[in-house]
This record gives sequence, structure tokens and C-alpha cells, in this order.
Amino acid sequence: MAYQLLGKNFVPPDIAAKVTGRAKYSEDFRAEGMLFCKLLTSPMPHARVRNIDASEALKMPGVIAILTPDDVPQFPDPEDLILYKEPYYVGAPILAVAAVDELTAANAIEKIKVDLEPLPFTLDPLDSLYPGGPNARTNGNVANVGLKLQTLKWDAAAFAKAEADTLPLGTPSESWSYGDVEAGFRDAKVVVEESFVTASYAHHSMEPRSAMAYWENGKCFLHGSSQSQSFMVPGMARYVGIKPEELVYIAEFCGGGFGSKGTPYPIMSIPAHMSKKTGRPVMMRITRAEEYTNGYGRGGFQGWVKMGFRADGRMTAVDMYIVGENGPNQGFWDFRNAGEAVSVVYQPLAMRWRGTSVLTNTPPRTAQRGPGENQTASAIEPILDKAARQLGIDRLAIRHINAPDNQGKVGAERTPLTSAYVKEALEKGAKLFNWDERSKRSGQRKGSKVTGVGIGQAFHPSGAHGFDGLVRITPDGKLHIHTGVGNLGTYSYAATSRIAAEALGYDWKNVIIERGDTRRALPWNLGQFGSNTSFTMSRTNFVAAEDAKKKLLDIAAKKLGGAPDDYDLANEKIVSKKDPGKSMSFAEAAQEAISLGGAYSGKEVPDNLNPMTKGAVALIAGTGLIGVAKDMLPFSGMPATFTVGFVEIELDLETAETRILEYVGVTDCGTVIHPQNLHHQVKSGGVMGIGMARFERYVFDPKYGIPLASELYLSKPPSYLDMPLSVQADAVDLPDPQSPMGTRGMGEPPLGASSSSLLCAISDALGGHVFNRTPVVPDMIINFLSKQPQAHRPLQVSTV
Amino acid sequence: MPYNDNDTGCETIGREAPDQASAHGGDQPLTPAQLRSSRRIFIKGVISSGAAISASSYVFRDGVVPGAHAATAAGSVERLITLNINGRDRRVDVLPQETLAHTLRYKLGLTGTKIGCDHGECGACTVISDNIAVYSCTTLSHRMRGRKIVTIEGVEGPDGKLHKVQQAFIDELGPQCGFCTPGQVMSAVALLAGNPKPTIDEARLGMSGNLCRCGAYDHYLNGVMRAAGEA
Repeated sequence: MAYQLLGKNFVPPDIAAKVTGRAKYSEDFRAEGMLFCKLLTSPMPHARVRNIDASEALKMPGVIAILTPDDVPQFPDPEDLILYKEPYYVGAPILAVAAVDELTAANAIEKIKVDLEPLPFTLDPLDSLYPGGPNARTNGNVANVGLKLQTLKWDAAAFAKAEADTLPLGTPSESWSYGDVEAGFRDAKVVVEESFVTASYAHHSMEPRSAMAYWENGKCFLHGSSQSQSFMVPGMARYVGIKPEELVYIAEFCGGGFGSKGTPYPIMSIPAHMSKKTGRPVMMRITRAEEYTNGYGRGGFQGWVKMGFRADGRMTAVDMYIVGENGPNQGFWDFRNAGEAVSVVYQPLAMRWRGTSVLTNTPPRTAQRGPGENQTASAIEPILDKAARQLGIDRLAIRHINAPDNQGKVGAERTPLTSAYVKEALEKGAKLFNWDERSKRSGQRKGSKVTGVGIGQAFHPSGAHGFDGLVRITPDGKLHIHTGVGNLGTYSYAATSRIAAEALGYDWKNVIIERGDTRRALPWNLGQFGSNTSFTMSRTNFVAAEDAKKKLLDIAAKKLGGAPDDYDLANEKIVSKKDPGKSMSFAEAAQEAISLGGAYSGKEVPDNLNPMTKGAVALIAGTGLIGVAKDMLPFSGMPATFTVGFVEIELDLETAETRILEYVGVTDCGTVIHPQNLHHQVKSGGVMGIGMARFERYVFDPKYGIPLASELYLSKPPSYLDMPLSVQADAVDLPDPQSPMGTRGMGEPPLGASSSSLLCAISDALGGHVFNRTPVVPDMIINFLSKQPQAHRPLQVSTV
Repeated sequence: MPYNDNDTGCETIGREAPDQASAHGGDQPLTPAQLRSSRRIFIKGVISSGAAISASSYVFRDGVVPGAHAATAAGSVERLITLNINGRDRRVDVLPQETLAHTLRYKLGLTGTKIGCDHGECGACTVISDNIAVYSCTTLSHRMRGRKIVTIEGVEGPDGKLHKVQQAFIDELGPQCGFCTPGQVMSAVALLAGNPKPTIDEARLGMSGNLCRCGAYDHYLNGVMRAAGEA
């Protein structure tokens, strides 16, 4: 279908502020009499605070107040806390000091005597699962969202039975299966079985999560750094200890989140508490080191997988076990997503998944761009290549035969996918990359350099439903799209707003996007995470536009006579189908809506709206024609999004330096709304994937648990010099049936597609050797080539 | 307290150390011997007290807050200096250890310059000093006297017309989250000032001091090449 706006590039309304420095992030705000606060954080990986003596600090000129764990709400184990009486990781905030300036606050911190009792700690899930091994918390070592904090120890026999390089398969916390897995292995021509490790690593958003807060007229005004907008409000209100309607949340720009700022996080509430205590605005700036320990990280895996294949490459059975490294707190369910991802990407005929989520005294974990799915892509795709080599079939062919299509299913429940065009993505990518020709270069030597080629695939669910949409046409004829989704930096808040403009036939010049501040009347929307925006927000904006359309037609019928069906929308007018001379402009209709009142101007709203949306409509009621509705469009199954990557590298066998000569990424994400930005996501997610494959990992001092990779140069997010020399992006561009205009999100799989294709290419360059580990650092390649043992133990985590 | 501009560099870094100030006992200038000794004390202090580390970096004094001009416990005092920023002379009180990034953001209200790491790793704070891109987070404000500093707020034309790099970054959809963007713009402007027609490899190298966690490098680089094409 030909659209007026969709599928066309546009200039997002917030980009000019970014290139001119006018974009205001949370640390850019100032308020009269603003204090600064600094954190005192734990120097130990696990300890109990026995005593805090702040008397010296509080005597210092300019020091205003101290905030301790007793001053802030505490939450049930194992949730993230605002301030910790029992810190579970180095860098956990114990208290905060506010002073007239930051230097004084920092000097005051150094005068505070904190008496800490060191407690046992653990940095490796397998150490904690071993009988008698240390627990990250005094009351348990296993937990996750929906998995109660508990102590789990495996039998020593499970450890004894496993070879040193094989994951022991002890008692899992969770499991599922479908089909006859054993029969699948019996029917297989080739069975591969491997253990693997994927590293935990920091999100390292460029903007440290600074925050500023003040109170006015009983409301807390909070300037925060978050991917999401409306979705932040209930959780942040809980952290501040107020009702959601008492929080004014301002987050117009977010300096990167990648999952770590998608949902409410507790330290953002510290300036709000401090402001309440002091009666003055408070700014809390977060340092890079604090961002490292409190800015979250991706969970790591110690995994095991057994996969069976028919002679034609079809995957007959999978048995998978994941030990998730979850940090010290509630963390994220990466370990579950691993099983889901395998069931989707390869559609095995039978599958069993088992897993557990183990706590370690390392920085808290949360979702990072494809949490679980992208580690899985990086671990499994190279093993898939190993199977293809054993079967003697092409690596493209083995992916094509297993790829999900519109009959694809997910997990034990066999939930259907809303649509899937992975085969088409593979075909398109192979053509763009010229796989047939390039794959022949595999293993070619040029001096010390050898060529490797690889294909990778990654998946993420890509949408939700049931949220609210809100639009408003004002008497000047402008369309205001009120979006509470947030501004992660992908411009999808703007791209999905174009759905409403498209549905009403609006000229984009006449559209104003209202966002970034509770006071701009923002409806209840899902956050910007989980590759969901282009699906979820398309639905909400569509239903809001449909409601506005219905009201426009009603008003025309009332004013000009006839029935609503006698009219249509064209060029921002309501025009009689029979008599095109009979029309009224949207501007006139908006004025008329105000006169009519009731639902037309938002004085009445549907009951099924979220209270936040009702509050938002109340702010703008009577100012124009209001289109507002809850997304009740049909929904079933799982919207899923995919990216496939093709890469050619040149690996220097003397130095292990790898140059990426060409990368091609193709995504299946339904109808493309904004092509330039889609290409951007495929390429830039690909850059993050290079970090996962080659550089990024946690490292700790094993004796003291101190993080040793907190600096950017040690953590090593990719730079300009690591990017592919040539890069192409494309999309299948086939509509999803459950999205009103066919759109689906796609932000996460580009990382996993790039990472896994790169790892496959490295394997290819090394004659098929699979490291079963991320990242594959140069030392590992050199050790392999020189037949030296690796510096790390098998299954060891947080290795250098 | 008289401030000797020649007496900066490592001596000034030594003055940041709170322990040194209490050991020294006031706001008199320190002798090199005292500085060396007090730095050792400071380092020893950090080693013995892990908790102190968390607060010892990334601190600044905000000149607009009442009381900020008084001598601090650390013995540092502000001194009024003149900085030439975006073509204008700006009189501003700065501490001896104050970085240009802090002066710009917290004394002069120029918040377009971002602080991503505060120790010369990420490039978000990049400004131009006499046509050279510098990290303002590791540049002492006192050292900038007599230099011409351009920040992101100063690259637009006097008529408000965007610089060709800014326009190219819009056309190529360079920024994503935008936090590193001012620094990327400044590095690109400095690069093209010195090398108006860079090859793509030269541009990649020229921009490589600026990290972007979003990974927007390809689009930024296309922006640099587009701007160079219009030079």
C-alpha cells in the first residue's frame, strides 16, 4: 500500500537540538539555590554497615544534609535499593551528602567514617552452586523476576561427572520442553554438544545517569535520564514514596540507555529524597565509575547445548541448559530468553530448556539490547556452523532450512509468530553480500592475513498491546500527538507519531509532537525497550487517530447535515463524498468540538483508559478535538523481529588483528516507517555487536572483588577504528498483520546478528575452530594459533 | 592568594588532594617539595580507604552558589580570569584545579559541552582551542587564558545558520541519543579546518577520539564526508 508519510525519510523534530547543543539532558538543568549531592559507595563486594559516623562531615561549612538508608524506602529482597545497609557489590550507594557545591560534598564524604563488616562474596555462579560455595546474599544465591530468592546448591556428583570444559548439569530452577527430544537426537545424522560462556559487560551509556529534583506545591519535579517517559512514572513515584500523580517527570532527552534506563531505577530518586529533606533543589551528578557500577550490565551465561540435525540440516532436537549470571539483585531473565530465542530462530522439531539464575557480587544486571537473545546468537551460531561443516552443507542453507516463516512457533506453548520472513531476509542478505562468490574466499591467505566469512542471525520479540493513544486537533488546525513513549534516541517516538498523521491524512508540517514532560499531557504508554515501539505505539497512535476521525466525521454531519458516513477526510478537511463543495476544515471542526464539549473536547473520556491517560486528557480538555482510545485491536501470538548479518573479515595470524571488510545487515521488521533510521539501527546495532564479539567484558580482582574494567578504555566499547570498512543495511519490508500499518520494532537483533556473524567469520578464518566464548579477544586467537593453553579456565567468567 | 599561571600542570593536580590541604593547613602556595610529599599522602590515603575513591573524582565548585567564593577546606580559592569563548571575552572565577568543561557548563551556562567520562576517554566534552580539538574535561581553565575557545554554541553562523557539519549531521541522521553529538561536531569542524578534503580513512582517524555508544559512526562519518564535499 502506498503511504503519504510511511516509508519516507524525514527530519526528526529533536535532531537540530542535538547538533547545536541545545538539547537539555538531566545534568543541564539548574534551579535557584540548587545543592549538589555526592554518594558514598561500598568499597567491598559484600558487607554489612555496622555504623555511620558523619559528625565531622556535618560540621563542615557548606554541608547541608546526609541521607542514609534509614531515610529512604527499603524494598523486598532481592530488588535494587536506593541506599544499601548491606551492600552487595562494589559501588553500591550507602549514603549521600548534600552541600552548597560538589567539592564540599565530596570533601564531606571523605570525612564520614563508615564501619563495614566484610561478608563472603562470589564472582562466579558455578562457585556459588558448588556445595558449600559462597552466596552473594546472606539469604540466598538464586533469584530473578518471578523466581523467588532461594539457596540452590548442586550435588558434588554433578560437578564430578562433568569434564572440566563441560557445564555440570545440576538441578535447574526452571525448565520446559516440547516434542520428543530423545527421538530427535536418535533421528539426527549429526549431533553437536558444546559448553560455552558469554561475558557480562557494562551498558556504558554515554550520559551518566545524573538527576535533579525539587518540590513545588506538593509535587516532586524530577529531571531524569530515561529511555521511557510515562512508563517511568509509577515506579519512580514508588521510589520517591509518593503517588504517581504527585510526580512531574521530565526526560526530553536521554543520553543512551540500551536497556539500562528503560524502566525505573532507584538511584534517580536520591536527589528527590535529598530535596525533600533540605527543602532545596538537588543535583546529583554521576561519575563514569559510578555509572559503571550503578548503570547496570548485561548478564552473562555459562551454558551447554546439544543439537541434532538431519542430513539436510533441519534441526531435529535441542537440549539447552543456561546458568545465568544475574548480579546481586533481581536482575533480568536473560537465561529464559536464551531458550525462547533458540526455539524461534531454529524452529527445532523438539526442544528442552533448563536454567537457573545465580547471584554474584558484581554490578546489578538489567536488560541490555537483546537480553539473552543476543548472547544466544553469539553462542549458538558458531556451533551451527560446526554442524554444517560436519554435515557438509552450506552455512546459508542450514540457516535457510531452519528459519521461521509465517507458521513459526515459540517455546513450550507453541505460540504462533504474527509473521516471520527470515528466509527472505537471508535471501536478500546473501544477494547483497554476494554470498555465493564471497564464501569461496573462506580461508584464503594473503601474507599473514586470512579471510573469513560468516553469517549470523538474531531475534527479539517486538511489540505489545493494550496501551493508550492521545491526539488533539487545536483550532489553529494543528495536530498534536501526545506520546508518552520516551526518547531513547532512535527517533521511533517521531516515526510512530507519523502513523497518526498518516491515518488522518495530515501534512507533517502541521503536526506537533508533545512529549518529554508530564505537563505536556502524556498518555499511558509502554516504555522504549524490547524493540516494541514501532508495533505498540503504531497501534496506540492509530486508535487515537481513528477516534479523532470518527469525531471529525460526526461534527461534519452535525454541522453540514447528513450522516457521518457521507463524509471523508481529505487535505485536513472533512469533505462530503457526494458534494465536494460541502466541507469544513479540521480547524473549524476543532473549534466546533470545543463548543460541543463532552467526548469531543475531552470533557468525557472512555472508562477503559488508564488513570494516567485520564489525567492527561483532563489537562487539555476543552482546548480542541480530542482523539483518545485504548488499543483494543486484535492481538494474538508473538510479534517477532529478526536481523541477519553477513560479514567478511581479514584476520592477521601474527597479531590477531581483525579488519571487517564488509558487513551487510538485513532486518525483518514489517513495514519500514523511516528507511534512513532503519539503516542506522542495523548499522549502529552492528557496531555494538562488534563490542560483544571482540572486546567487552567484566573483569574483577578475584581476591577483593574490585571491578577492574570500569574505565572506557578497559571496557572498550567499539570506536570509529573498529567499524566495518564498508557496511550496508536493508529490510525485507513486508507488513505484519497485527500492526495497523504493518510496522514492527527492530532495535535489538542488529547487535546479535553482527556479533554472531563476526564470531562465525573468525571461526571460519581459523579453519572452523569454535571458541565457545564471548568476547573472542586477540590473546585467545594467538594462544589457539600457537597451540598454547588459554589464559582462562574452562567455563570461567569475567576473564581478562 | 596570588595565583601563578606558570605554576600549573602537575602542581595544580596536587592541589586537588584534600589530604594535602589539611596537611599543609591553608591557602598559601605549596612548594614543590610539599606538593610531592602531599601527593604521596593523598595516594596512601586513597589506598587505605576504599570509600574515599568514590568521591575523589568528578568534583567541582559552582560559582553561583552563595559561599562558593570562600576558601574551602581543600585550600583552593577562585581567581577571576578572562577566557575568550566563541569570540567574546568572558570574565569568570575559576579554581586552580578547575577544568574547562566545568567552567563552561557550570560558570558560563554553556551546557552544550557534555561530560561523559571526565577523564579524557570519550570526547563528549570536545571543544576547539586555536583550531585544535581538545578535551575540555582534561584541560585546566587557567591554561586557556589567551586562547580562542570555540564551543558547540559557537559554531553556528552569526545569522543562526547551521555550520555545514551540523547540517550534514542532520541530513545524514548522524546523532542517535545525541549526548556525544556536540563533541562529534566539534571534532569534525576541527578536522575539516585542518584538512578540508579528508579521505574516509583520514576522517575515521580524525574522529576516533570521540566515542559513540549508540554506534552511530557510519552516519557521522557520512556526515563528515558530506560536509567536506560542500567545503
